[in-house]
Amino acid sequence: MIKKLFVIILLTGLAFFFYGMISSFSGNEALNMSAAYYAENGAEEVGAANLVTAIVVTYRGLDTLGEVTILFLTAAIGAFFLKSKDNFSKRDVRESSELLKTASSMLVPLIFTLGIYVFVNGHLTPGGGFQGGAILASGLVLLLLSEPLKKVNSVLFAVIESISGILYVGVGIAGIFLAGGFLDNSILPMGEFGTLLSAGVLPVIYILIGLKVGSELSGLLTKFQETQEEN
Amino acid sequence: MDLGIVAVVVGFLLILVGIWGILTRKNIIKIVIGFSVFDTGLHMVMVGVGYVKGGTAPILDGAIAPGTALTSIVDPVPQALVLTAIVIGLGVTALMLAYVVRLFEYRKSLDISSYEDLKW
Repeated sequence: MIKKLFVIILLTGLAFFFYGMISSFSGNEALNMSAAYYAENGAEEVGAANLVTAIVVTYRGLDTLGEVTILFLTAAIGAFFLKSKDNFSKRDVRESSELLKTASSMLVPLIFTLGIYVFVNGHLTPGGGFQGGAILASGLVLLLLSEPLKKVNSVLFAVIESISGILYVGVGIAGIFLAGGFLDNSILPMGEFGTLLSAGVLPVIYILIGLKVGSELSGLLTKFQETQEEN
Repeated sequence: MDLGIVAVVVGFLLILVGIWGILTRKNIIKIVIGFSVFDTGLHMVMVGVGYVKGGTAPILDGAIAPGTALTSIVDPVPQALVLTAIVIGLGVTALMLAYVVRLFEYRKSLDISSYEDLKW
């Protein structure tokens, strides 16, 4: 009871704190300086129609590399903590319903195609490597729901992930020698603004990120699947 | 009403709901969900702060006349930051769930009050 009271007091205090922040916030009328710079020069310097992608992959490319590293670390620690059971594929589970099985065999290829579309077009349309990778992994979730005992080749995921990670860093280092600096996207010709082959090496980086995120999340999912056992 | 302020208010409410869930739930999985809700609230606040009145998505295609990007788009920087934050949030959630799996193997219980080893 006392504990609940403390929680309520804490939440009320936080609510007052937040109210103080909101009451003086009246929305923005115009872009601030850094955003205005990106809006004015982003299209010319990076060549990507999607300015968010231009910021994520090029202006803040180092952050994204760090983020991909954190995700890799998460997958590694997760794999360390989740010990696979050898007998996970001999569990006694109820057969999935016909509806789920038919739907997943129809939808999974479509979901994978959508995921690939999203990360290939990351520099033109909303989306990108992280979102596309998450869509790929969500397709795997559906596959595993319909066939909980299916053995998925997690070594393949590890190989795809490592190769795309190394290539990502390699492309970044190539920028030092061939263009302005680390992760500079102008080592390939810029192409015509707004087409698939534009923005230099940016689509390549986003495809690598998409593959890396997708295989990482899929690997983590298979790890969770393999830890299950009879209760 | 300004969409940015709506997003900020809803975001702060979600943060409060998330903290309430983290502090009062007994089931560890519900606590993890509380963290997820907290995360979502933070993302909404960040995107809401970057909203510019009457602005559209920062994608320079047919919807934005050439040369008018400066006056017609919302701030792309918070969106890029939130993109990062969502992925990190997913990683944190996955890691917490991995710990939950290990804890359950250790004591066969999902009730947080049965883990008192570090309590003083």
